[in-house]
Amino acid sequence: MILMAEPAAGRFGDFGGRYVPESLVPACAELAAAFRDAWTDKTFRDELDELLAVYAGRPTPLTPARRLSAELGITLWLKREDLAHTGSHKINNVLGQALLARRLGRTRLIAETGAGQHGVATATAAALLGLSATIYMGSRDIERQRLNVFRMEMLGAEVVPVTGGSRTLKDATNEAMRAWVADVDSSHFLLGSVGGPHPYPWMVREFQRVIGTEARAQAPSLPDAVVACVGGGSNAAGTFAGFADTTARLIGVEASGGAAMTGGAPGVVHGTRSMVLQDAEGQVAEASSIAAGLDYPGIGPEHAHLGAIGRASYRTVTDAEVVTAIHRLARAEGIICALESAHAVAWVLREAGTPLLPAGSKVLLTLSGRGDKDMVALSEGAEA
Amino acid sequence: MRAYASDEALDRRVAGGGKALVPYITGGISADWTEYLLAYAAAGADAIEIGLPFSDPMLDGVTIQRASDRALGRGTTVEAILRDVAGVSVGVPLIAMTYANLVFRAGPASFCRRLVAAGITGLIVPDLPVDEAAAVARAAEEAGVALTLLAAPVTPGERLAEIGARSRGFVYAVSLMGTTGERDTLDDAATRLATRVKAVTDLPVLIGFGVSTPAQAAAAAAVADGVVVASALMRRVLDGATPDELGRDVAALRAALG
Ligand SMILES: Cc1ncc(COP(=O)(O)O)c(C=O)c1O
Repeated sequence: MILMAEPAAGRFGDFGGRYVPESLVPACAELAAAFRDAWTDKTFRDELDELLAVYAGRPTPLTPARRLSAELGITLWLKREDLAHTGSHKINNVLGQALLARRLGRTRLIAETGAGQHGVATATAAALLGLSATIYMGSRDIERQRLNVFRMEMLGAEVVPVTGGSRTLKDATNEAMRAWVADVDSSHFLLGSVGGPHPYPWMVREFQRVIGTEARAQAPSLPDAVVACVGGGSNAAGTFAGFADTTARLIGVEASGGAAMTGGAPGVVHGTRSMVLQDAEGQVAEASSIAAGLDYPGIGPEHAHLGAIGRASYRTVTDAEVVTAIHRLARAEGIICALESAHAVAWVLREAGTPLLPAGSKVLLTLSGRGDKDMVALSEGAEA
Repeated sequence: MRAYASDEALDRRVAGGGKALVPYITGGISADWTEYLLAYAAAGADAIEIGLPFSDPMLDGVTIQRASDRALGRGTTVEAILRDVAGVSVGVPLIAMTYANLVFRAGPASFCRRLVAAGITGLIVPDLPVDEAAAVARAAEEAGVALTLLAAPVTPGERLAEIGARSRGFVYAVSLMGTTGERDTLDDAATRLATRVKAVTDLPVLIGFGVSTPAQAAAAAAVADGVVVASALMRRVLDGATPDELGRDVAALRAALG
């Protein structure tokens, strides 16, 4: 069953797997076994649920977007991950993995971050559980997400600038994996999305499933379409997981400059086989998006599979549409969302009333994060 | 099973009681990069590893990262590197070292055939562990390429035996838990691992990653059948050392290995 069980042998159809150096294979195998065990352990689940409730602020509400719905001629519900502690859905996965790291006796968290939201969430969990945290971040992202760097440091994490390659999320991920190889005994690699080697795509989807489970229960009726932005694809995977067994259409929205599903080809990067933006010989392309969290040339392998079998579809929006969308949502609903989340909004704005989203459609959209981190860049004219 | 050219050269060296030396060069690092191949061979290399640069060298430290960036920055491609290799007669077996995506993008069968057409008969893919290697191993076998697998200090016994059984050419013993790159000392884990690997395979066992000086090479080869040396040489290449100068570095390693 898609989006449900552990993937057999770590595969989602033709995608997934564990393409890592031999040095990391035992650590991945240990992690898979530990997660399998923890996920069926009531004590672990209760502790995570408790933290999600009393610390992270779950459940997050499902907000009817009344004015926008009226303007667009559809019914739009917003799943408010922007209201979770630290400002995005990233905290759901981070709390789960951090508890798992502690269960494994690890004392240090290593993470990559693009927009800095995952880095902030990781630094937060480290502070909460008394672990140390090293966060790798591309130097280009450090420039455009300064506020989050400041937050991570305030929380006691070390932020390491990555100056190789495109100086964004892809390169930060390489560097985090290098750091992990050198310290597998005491570190846990806390990957922030549904990519990477098995068990990460499965484990991160399960930790994010809470989004979809809550949304399903909160929705007044079954939506016709479920929409989420896609970088690596964790907020989308968690949202989709709640609707996998329904007739709802699942739509992931990528940045036009980082559209692995639309413009990529099958490839092996960061430990998994999935869709990847690359050239004819397999050199990975540099993505380019206004949203640092979507500035990534790959996507999680389960999305590649969902796309291949037609269960989900993946669309793109441009930076210009995103900037328009962030303003329109702010004015219509009083919600300033993250540039990443605004991709999902932009797609709904564009397609409402078209055959893709006919008038009267019921649409559930995950607003993955809040926009505070993007205000400096937007005010300085990261304009359409 | 031992029909590969690269096996034979290493086997000859090892069977004669000698220690194998496999130096590394990043393909396409400069316009005249194949001169380094000739210099290495003349200085006593038993085989040469040619890095096919990849945009995301996840298991490489700063030196090989910089070398890969420089080669790609010059606009080099796998196609151009293989064309260069086909144009020289090096006289020792050549082994390609690259990441899985370049192999899968071309398709393992086509990729291996192109290697052989250029005169390359070995292949090392550091992000292709034994569990994921079946398709590439089959293609390599058909094309006549020795797919060499890597073992790590943390590899448990059963896996080690499987790696020993499925590797071709030699077994690459990764000396330490970390990326490629020079180190001040040879990690104890290197010789411990080499001893364990030798117990499960008849193939030569070469230690690589971090072997930085002739003395370290000799220490590694006291237990292993030889060494792979990469970053220590590539730092010199990046700093502008000529093929002749690199030949002298390789000769010093050769002398230390006996
Ligand atoms: C607010 C927000 N949404 C979405 C993403 C993209 O991640 P994913 O596709 O894994 O949900 C990020 C990543 O940084 C983010 O910060």
